[in-house]
Amino acid sequence: MEEFLTLTLSGLATAAIFAVAASGLVLTYATTGIFNFAHGAIGMVGAFAYWQLRFDWGLPAPVALVLTLVIGAPLFGVLLEVVLMRKLQSVPEVTKLVVTISLLIALLGAALWIWEPAVARPIDFFFQGDKVEILGVFLSYHQLIAFGLAVAIAAGLRFLLYSTTTGVAMRAAVDDRPLAMLNGARPDRVSMMAWAIGCSMAVLSGVLIAPSQGLRHELLTLAIVNTYAAALLARLRSLPVAFGGAVVLGLADAYATGYFPSSNRVLATMVAALPGLLLFVALLVLPQVRLRAARAGQHVERFPMPTWRGSLLGCLSIVAFTVVVAFAAVPRDAMILAELFGFAILALSLVPLVGWGGQISLCQMSFAAVGALAMGHLGGGGNPLALVYAAILGGAVGGLVALPALRLSGLYLALGTGAFAIVLDQWLFKLQSISLGPLEIRFFELGSLGIDRLDLPLLDLDDQRVNALVMAVAFCLLSLLVVGIRRSTFGSQLLALKDSPAACATIGMNPRGIKLAVFAVSGAIAAVGGALYATTLESVSPDRFAFFQSLPLLMLAIVGGVGSFGGAFFAGVFVRVIPLLGDVVPALANLQRVLPGLLGINLARNPNGVFPRVVRDFTPIVRAPRAIGSLLGFIGLLVLLRFGGVIDNWPFLFLAMGGTVLVPRLVLGPISDRTIDGEAVVEQIPPRGTADDGVPLEWVGLVRPFTAADDALLAREGASPEAVR
Amino acid sequence: MLTVSGIEVHFGGVVALDGVDIDAEPARVTGLVGPNGAGKTTLFNAVTGLRPPDAGRVVLDGVDITRAKPFQRARLGMGRTFQKLELFRLLSVRENVQLAATLRRRHTDWDGDPEAEAVRVVDRVGLGEVLDARVDVLPTGQARLVEIARALATGPRVLLLDEPASGQDERETDALAGLLTSLAADDGIGVLLVEHDMGLVMNVCAHIHVLDFGRIIAAGTPADIRRDPHVLHAYLGTGAA
Repeated sequence: MEEFLTLTLSGLATAAIFAVAASGLVLTYATTGIFNFAHGAIGMVGAFAYWQLRFDWGLPAPVALVLTLVIGAPLFGVLLEVVLMRKLQSVPEVTKLVVTISLLIALLGAALWIWEPAVARPIDFFFQGDKVEILGVFLSYHQLIAFGLAVAIAAGLRFLLYSTTTGVAMRAAVDDRPLAMLNGARPDRVSMMAWAIGCSMAVLSGVLIAPSQGLRHELLTLAIVNTYAAALLARLRSLPVAFGGAVVLGLADAYATGYFPSSNRVLATMVAALPGLLLFVALLVLPQVRLRAARAGQHVERFPMPTWRGSLLGCLSIVAFTVVVAFAAVPRDAMILAELFGFAILALSLVPLVGWGGQISLCQMSFAAVGALAMGHLGGGGNPLALVYAAILGGAVGGLVALPALRLSGLYLALGTGAFAIVLDQWLFKLQSISLGPLEIRFFELGSLGIDRLDLPLLDLDDQRVNALVMAVAFCLLSLLVVGIRRSTFGSQLLALKDSPAACATIGMNPRGIKLAVFAVSGAIAAVGGALYATTLESVSPDRFAFFQSLPLLMLAIVGGVGSFGGAFFAGVFVRVIPLLGDVVPALANLQRVLPGLLGINLARNPNGVFPRVVRDFTPIVRAPRAIGSLLGFIGLLVLLRFGGVIDNWPFLFLAMGGTVLVPRLVLGPISDRTIDGEAVVEQIPPRGTADDGVPLEWVGLVRPFTAADDALLAREGASPEAVR
Repeated sequence: MLTVSGIEVHFGGVVALDGVDIDAEPARVTGLVGPNGAGKTTLFNAVTGLRPPDAGRVVLDGVDITRAKPFQRARLGMGRTFQKLELFRLLSVRENVQLAATLRRRHTDWDGDPEAEAVRVVDRVGLGEVLDARVDVLPTGQARLVEIARALATGPRVLLLDEPASGQDERETDALAGLLTSLAADDGIGVLLVEHDMGLVMNVCAHIHVLDFGRIIAAGTPADIRRDPHVLHAYLGTGAA
């Protein structure tokens, strides 16, 4: 009984911290409609900042707390709102999510840069060592403080939302932002307020968790990410339910820690994955989300139908590029090239799923892990058949993950897939194997699994250059498969599903079947990618496939342009080439930690990705013999210099890439948007009811002068311009 | 023949539809009118299965489809359009319509050519000139026709149209009236029309149901409806009757 009481009270104390984190998340989501995926990273950075002030610089605790919680965090929140979040009002859900994911990645990178991970940073509990006895159970002051703060925050938020003008404005802004504005509320201020409070709560939870979790970048972030489950149980709306969810999580954690026998490894390791597991199960049983009309007022990305000719040409260029670079390279560099394609295949698996189907997956690396495991256990001696097994298993696991997807959409789906990834990497991959009846599933053995290179006739894949070429060809073949999907009815069904599930159903399409299929396809491609990636690496450990690796994958695929295989190729280039900047220019070594995140954050401005833009910029070049000639001449010169030993590999690559961008521009002069006729690859059409610059049409003429361009938009709305004037 | 009986839909404590009976006979345009908020779109959602009713029955050609999923109803011959446009904005006019025809071929015993059918249907609604245009740049009036074309490509026996004339100019509305009449007379489709444009409704409908506060308050020919005191009261207020 005493043990039960001890566990219950300590579980409640943990729940209090979870509640603080979850309520910050609910508050920002409920008032701004943006799910702040970076909440965990903000808390982590805050905890490090607190440690810096309190323990490294020796400031008194109250001063350090005021600096972090009352000044630093709210200022950061306001800054985020002004610089970033304000721009996200009318972008698709995927972009909103990816921008905050990028923020998480950037913050994680910045923290690793500022606070070197190798240094030990002890952080004390509040009133370390002091405790009181309650009902015969000892509770530390730290736990009591957490408890008191949670209660105070619950009461404070209740008062703020229901008894102050600001609170009423906050609730009004959730309901209908433009309407609230027309009635004199200032949603921008309200949002700033929400972000300020939200960041403070994140930091408070970080400071409270840090002493027990330890100041470790990823683990601390993950500890706060786990509290998202509590917020999700409350469907991100209700603060009281979020508190309830936190209690469930806190108690489950405490009882599992206390009662699961440590001799049973399967159960003992499950504790860490418990929040993810609970979240995944909760999403399965939450009331079904009904088919709903797509939300109006969102920008539409437009992906043109890829032609076979263009796609083949693209693939041939990629293979040619690989031949030149790989055979000019030393083996280590050829290896990097092979990894580049491995990553690009993983990004490619997101193209049908995210780009066309509009689904979100935060567990793509888990599918890749399935493929790597299939290769490791079934592909002894480099048996190529293992790739088939990988595809089948990856497809099956993809379908399994899609089960919640059948009921959920958007954000909930994203978090469901994230939960799945956390369950795998925090639990199953920490085990050597599990037995399901007669079936034994083996994982990463003793932490890392050796993988043989593929055994293909006539080819020696132990030669890094040949391997790189095979990887490039594999990427191209899978790309053509993806092009085929887009050109099929299935491709049209995916695009239709992304736009309007309700309309899909009314023309006789089973939306669930399509979702299941696209998850299976995506899982299969990712698993094949994972298997190939693993053969290149020759030895893989589970941390390669961790949840935190799936985030940059999704982000970079979208940054590259998730509507085409070219975007996936770009993602591969980003992930393997950006780190090399540090090799070439040592001063940039740390910049590479934050650069990818910053690229992702920039999506707020250019949600279509890089690749479509590149294609758009290059369309006039391909049509101008002068430009293409001088470009080929420049590349030829570089190749000569490289083989003549005048320049090294990576300078060669960077010069080639820089020259590809700059030389045609020098020849043709600056490319203006006018030179590109109707062939622009991705165009943004303002959503109905909105002018080009995002101003609601009914406000045109009030907030800015009426222009000729508005005429066309008004005509589209069916209004006669004269009448409007 | 679509027969809807005793439909009830509750949103929490609010009764949006309270025992609604309507039917849509083949080869006839049936009107469904009522003030804003009367429950017309909710009724469409209940009939097409997007929001299953809390009580009542939906029968299509003798088959009880009350429990059927929305896509199953579509395959059985129920097409619809939306008041708030629900086009596939990432696809062209042709692709929007052809997708519906392709699914029809795949899931019903129709064995025509989806490609040709798409062209035919788009021509039928008078959009031949914008066959390969992007749907998100079309004016609202034309976009509504694309929705009708897409619904027609599913080969419906009953077609539910939710305010197809809103956003259309007079010329377009006249053409729409001709199209609706022809769909009923020539193709034998049972058209159920929700519309605020009373001129259009009175012009094309052979039979009209009037919905107010979730109940049918009158039904009959246009002439009957024009004289009905309940209808006058609902539309014009106390004293009008």
